[in-house]
Amino acid sequence: MIVAEQKPLDEIKTMLEGCKKVLAVGCGTCVTVCFAGGRREVGILSASLRMSTDLDGEAIAVEETTVQRQCEEEYIAPLEADLEEYDAVLSLGCGVGVQSLARQFPGKRILPALNTKFMGFPSEHGVWEERCQGCGNCVLHITGGVCPVSRCPKQLFNGPCGGSQDGICEVDPGTECAWHTICTNQLELGLFEEMMKVQPAKDWSTSRDGGHRRIVREDIRLPEIEKA
Amino acid sequence: MTTEAKEFEPEVVAFCCRHCAYSAADLAGGGRMTYPCAIKIVEMPCTGRANVLEILHAMENGADGVAVAGCLPGTCHYIKGNTHARQRVDHVSELLTKIGLEEMRVRMIHISAAMGAQFVAEVTNFVETIKDLGPSPLSRDTGNARVAPGSEHAGSKP
Repeated sequence: MIVAEQKPLDEIKTMLEGCKKVLAVGCGTCVTVCFAGGRREVGILSASLRMSTDLDGEAIAVEETTVQRQCEEEYIAPLEADLEEYDAVLSLGCGVGVQSLARQFPGKRILPALNTKFMGFPSEHGVWEERCQGCGNCVLHITGGVCPVSRCPKQLFNGPCGGSQDGICEVDPGTECAWHTICTNQLELGLFEEMMKVQPAKDWSTSRDGGHRRIVREDIRLPEIEKA
Repeated sequence: MTTEAKEFEPEVVAFCCRHCAYSAADLAGGGRMTYPCAIKIVEMPCTGRANVLEILHAMENGADGVAVAGCLPGTCHYIKGNTHARQRVDHVSELLTKIGLEEMRVRMIHISAAMGAQFVAEVTNFVETIKDLGPSPLSRDTGNARVAPGSEHAGSKP
């Protein structure tokens, strides 16, 4: 899932300066699961903003709603009906949600209440760890199910560096060395010899190096006539 | 005609677990012990049910303080409900500071069903703390309440 966390309250208040009435919009998907932007978090942030701005003497009326998915037009389109009465929309979606709202409602100020952090998983309740950077060219089949792109700070592709000590990364004592885990996993799978095969250099053009990315599926794309 | 200032009578919401604090309050009543009428008890199946949003809504609706009263550590009927409640109360304390209110306006209390006298002592102490802090700047007495009496909470769209 996409993992995010809320921006500091003061930063959000600064963004909202000059606003009298704001709509806080949550998202019922990834950011609900990571407790950053679901219905409850929208309620907590909205109540905090109402109280805080009231105490500052410049009360902002913050109203609340949560859609199933902010990143899809069909879920956010119904918001348009009430949007005129708000000075701004405060999105508790990920960066994709914020941009979807901005695209859907040009002319309306759409403000981000979250910092989108990474694609990851909850390793325990309340702890999330990065697992994917969306490099566009997955190598997990030859790395024992452990991603060296997202889990090795140096993004190495040829084994552990000298900073790997007893399976721990030198960058953070709380982080396993990705390459130590890769080697351990491959040994357990009986596939260690596979790692001796020379791999071609990774093609980073599928990652951010290739610029803005886009996927087009002609097999499911609607014909122009149907779009109209 | 005297013009004595009216003494501040706080409004304190106490979310009480039915297995401990709520029964302790009952025991105190049965034993003819008195505790401040400022305390407004809300019975809960477990303090694990008390979430951050409810505590904030109580503050937003004009409460001068919120107490969450659960079982003694290690004795929760649902294993860890009171532990989770304490974590949330600590979180709300931090939130209140960021919002601009005093962190001492929210407090976690641990009590057992047999501790009627201790319940009285704990809530009396909390009410005294709130009296020392004075009224919440968001309370209705100050005219700053953002929510009309009777409404559940502000601003939620259907």
